[in-house]
Amino acid sequence: MDPTVLYEIWNKFTRHIDGKLMAIVLLLMGIGCITVFSALSPDTARFVQQLKNIAVALVVMWLVANVPPQKIASMAIPLYLIGIGLLLAVAMFGITVNGSQRWLQFQGVRFQPSELLKLAVPLMLAWYFQHHEGRITTINFIVAIILILIPVALIRKQPDLGTALLVTVSGFFVLYLARLPWKVIIASIVGGVTVVMLFAKPYQLQRLWSFINSIFDPAAVDMAGAGYHTQQAKIAIGSGGLFGKGWLHGTQTHLDFLPEHHTDFIIAAFSEEFGLLGIGLLLLLFMLLLARAIVIAYNANTMFERLLAGSIALMLFTYTFVNMAMVSGLMPVIGVPLPFLSYGGTALVTTAICIGVLMSIQTHRTLMGH
Amino acid sequence: MRYWFRSSRSNRYTRSTDDKNPLYHFQRRLWAAAGGMLLAFLILFANFFHLQYLSYQKYQTQAENNRIAIVPVVPPRGTISDRNGVILAHNFSTFTLEITPEQVPNLDETLRALSEVIDISPRDLRRFRRAMEESRNYISLPLRTRLSDEEVARFAVHKYRFPGVDIEARLYRQYPYTTVASHALGYIGRINERDVEKLKANDEFTNYRGTDHIGKLGVEAAYESILHGTTGWEQVEVDALGRRVRSLSLTPPFAGSSIELTLDIELQKLAEQAMGDHNGAIVAIEPATGEILALVSMPGFDPSLFLEGIDSVNWGILNNSRDKPLLNRALRGAYPPGSTIKPFLALAALQSGKRKPTDAINDPGYWDLNAQNRFRDSKKGGHGWTDMPKSIIESCDTYYYILANETDIDSTAAFLAPFGFGQKTNIDIDGEVKGVLPSRKWKAERYARYGKDVYTWWPGDSISAGIGQGYNAFTPLQLAQATATLAMDGKVYRPHLLKRIISNVTGEPQEVQPELVRQIPLNPRNLEVIKSAMTNVPKHGTSWRAFAKAEYSSAGKTGTAQVFSLKGEKYEAAKLDKYLHDHGLYIAWAPAENPKIALAILVENGGFGASAAAPIARTLLDYYLLKKYPEKKPEKDEKAKAVVTDQKRTE
Repeated sequence: MDPTVLYEIWNKFTRHIDGKLMAIVLLLMGIGCITVFSALSPDTARFVQQLKNIAVALVVMWLVANVPPQKIASMAIPLYLIGIGLLLAVAMFGITVNGSQRWLQFQGVRFQPSELLKLAVPLMLAWYFQHHEGRITTINFIVAIILILIPVALIRKQPDLGTALLVTVSGFFVLYLARLPWKVIIASIVGGVTVVMLFAKPYQLQRLWSFINSIFDPAAVDMAGAGYHTQQAKIAIGSGGLFGKGWLHGTQTHLDFLPEHHTDFIIAAFSEEFGLLGIGLLLLLFMLLLARAIVIAYNANTMFERLLAGSIALMLFTYTFVNMAMVSGLMPVIGVPLPFLSYGGTALVTTAICIGVLMSIQTHRTLMGH
Repeated sequence: MRYWFRSSRSNRYTRSTDDKNPLYHFQRRLWAAAGGMLLAFLILFANFFHLQYLSYQKYQTQAENNRIAIVPVVPPRGTISDRNGVILAHNFSTFTLEITPEQVPNLDETLRALSEVIDISPRDLRRFRRAMEESRNYISLPLRTRLSDEEVARFAVHKYRFPGVDIEARLYRQYPYTTVASHALGYIGRINERDVEKLKANDEFTNYRGTDHIGKLGVEAAYESILHGTTGWEQVEVDALGRRVRSLSLTPPFAGSSIELTLDIELQKLAEQAMGDHNGAIVAIEPATGEILALVSMPGFDPSLFLEGIDSVNWGILNNSRDKPLLNRALRGAYPPGSTIKPFLALAALQSGKRKPTDAINDPGYWDLNAQNRFRDSKKGGHGWTDMPKSIIESCDTYYYILANETDIDSTAAFLAPFGFGQKTNIDIDGEVKGVLPSRKWKAERYARYGKDVYTWWPGDSISAGIGQGYNAFTPLQLAQATATLAMDGKVYRPHLLKRIISNVTGEPQEVQPELVRQIPLNPRNLEVIKSAMTNVPKHGTSWRAFAKAEYSSAGKTGTAQVFSLKGEKYEAAKLDKYLHDHGLYIAWAPAENPKIALAILVENGGFGASAAAPIARTLLDYYLLKKYPEKKPEKDEKAKAVVTDQKRTE
């Protein structure tokens, strides 16, 4: 075939792919594969499943990247409403697992609508602020907060405190970028903490309390209690040392002392096998990813794009930081997966959609003109 | 770096400085956010640096502690055999069904469901419950032992239904002779809290990690430290559930040493059979060494009942039986010696010069201490003129009434004590009692709180004691040792059950040397009088019937001890409860001139020593000296008497 034709096809295919973002994402996914392989070994079936998940995620990413931002903006209201509708459906016909009503089952496929809201809420708010661009007043912020609180209240009722917090935070980032006054930000953080303290279940407070205790007096934490997971994770990380125990040689991981070692706690498995050196490189990669996301937000054309890209950057940061901080014992354990590394299709696809949106914003900028 | 912050497709790198421009504020917020992210990542990295560099040693150690478990490797227990190498206790390997109660969600339900898969008797359940009450935490307890191959296979199929239930191959203690010599051998049982405390106090607890059983009684307890061996250790890599992944290193255990006892199990068995249905005790000693050839206490029990903790029903049977099968009569039963004490009292009189051998008395068949107190001779009408040899040969009571009346009880006690009467023999198993060698001091102390009338030593006390009744109470072991001492002209050897230790390492036997405790100074001519009189007892004395046509010479003395004071009435066995019948005793050694074996036999409620105990002595001496078995095998049942327990199924 004519090389120029091939070049044309390739060009068309990659027109909406941001090369730098893509490079970072592929590197992170590669590290994820290596780590998940070790954490899952000798179970190769689930590793193959993760490879499939990655393939699906990449396809989704490509599809989203090819959707122009205007189209994305036009989906904000429908997606938000669908999200609310699904949450109501969960409240009415949802499946209860472990005492929480979080899932919808449709033809054998389980789906957790609260995941959708993590993206739908910032999308909705970005659209809303764009809609009122130039004449944003206190009323708009109040409306925006109500738009956040409706799904959060529904998620909180399931109950799923972790997701409720993350959805709150994702909406809050848009408010922050839309210039919510600092006074209000500080006041709402203080207020938020108070509300959490008031409404949290005793066991949640217990976890928090044991976490706070463990900072001041590690011996006080019962090894079999809430502190056990973190304790084993810290042992895994610490025993990795500077250079790690080597791939497939993490004892904490392979002898099952490390809980959730292929999902939420995968960073501990990574640290155990690749040491401080590996962690340094990984942190650097995540910083490059976030830097690229910030640049895209910085250069975005419209307010909608800026707010969306900015909040996506902050969300990616939040997931990364909260996960690593909770595994390494800086924060209480709330179930947050590490983007790109943790095993699981849902998290991968969600992250891929975020990256796809960033790419769309970046690559449609010059094409659309201004 | 700068490259990353620039847009690739546009050079429009604008930075708004216009305060009114909303873009300016957005960009400031974005920069603030970027700064926050950088700070957060620095904190993260600092934390990883702290964990992986500064605290590396600490977490490395904790990871190794997680990974490596030190597992004890229990040594096989040493075997026990008799003096001829016949095995009396050894180990056999068997599959057992074990439960770790802490890992079982619903114990009652599990036990019920298990019994549908494997045959579990009520006795197994009782034993299991008792073991559970006594056990340490987190230990797996046997429910059923000796599973058949079929049962093992059947359980394997259903195993998934029973978390916390496992089949283990274990070494079990077996006593091939079951009840024979049970009191001497003792038994092992599961380690309980008391044992743990004792082990900890002796600093031996570490060596018992992983060991389930410990010697509880008899030889098994006395030589525990030799039999147990040294526990080995294995370093094992384990996973989070404690399952072993692989072995890292092994320090092998040292098996417990085997021991050989001084017992002759054939003699022992014969002795137990010869006792027939009677309770009682027999102690046979090799006079020149103190080696115990037989240590019989009837009835016996099956030591294997105690292995896994005895169940409540069997415990009740053994503990509440009127025959007291758990009482080691040879060591712990104190009996009046009756006339078997007479040769010793005669010797005392010769030694003190109170009597010459030829001094004689006339015996009308009784002796009056005073107007109120008449002491009868066991022979109606009396023995007539009686000198010292005749007093022994025919067992004349009156001779000793008069002797006792002329002798101070304290000097008698002082003479008898060195023979071991009323003293601990220091035999090498636990539990022996001192008995009572009466003296003024003893009575004053014993009855101090009852007032002067009671604790004063009255002349009548001496008279009763003078024929081995009254306050005298000696163990059959003491009687046997004293007999051996007399046979050895006053040499007292410490009685013992251990003959040799066979080292687990070298296989070399280590012999136990005889231990001469003391030599009692005795005039050989006096000894000759007593010994020749005793040699005549089986020839034409009280035990002639039992020893008719004996192919060797032996020395002996019969004894009959009153259990129940008749207050002057005539003793008629038929009218009395069996448990109030007299005890029959016999002491002997043989051959008379070169003693190889000394015996003390006590037949509880057997009646006259001459008819109840002397024939047993004949049987034992015939076997030991001539290897001759009794012609008439003991009737019904080969097995000696043991209290019958509910042991239909396993043992």
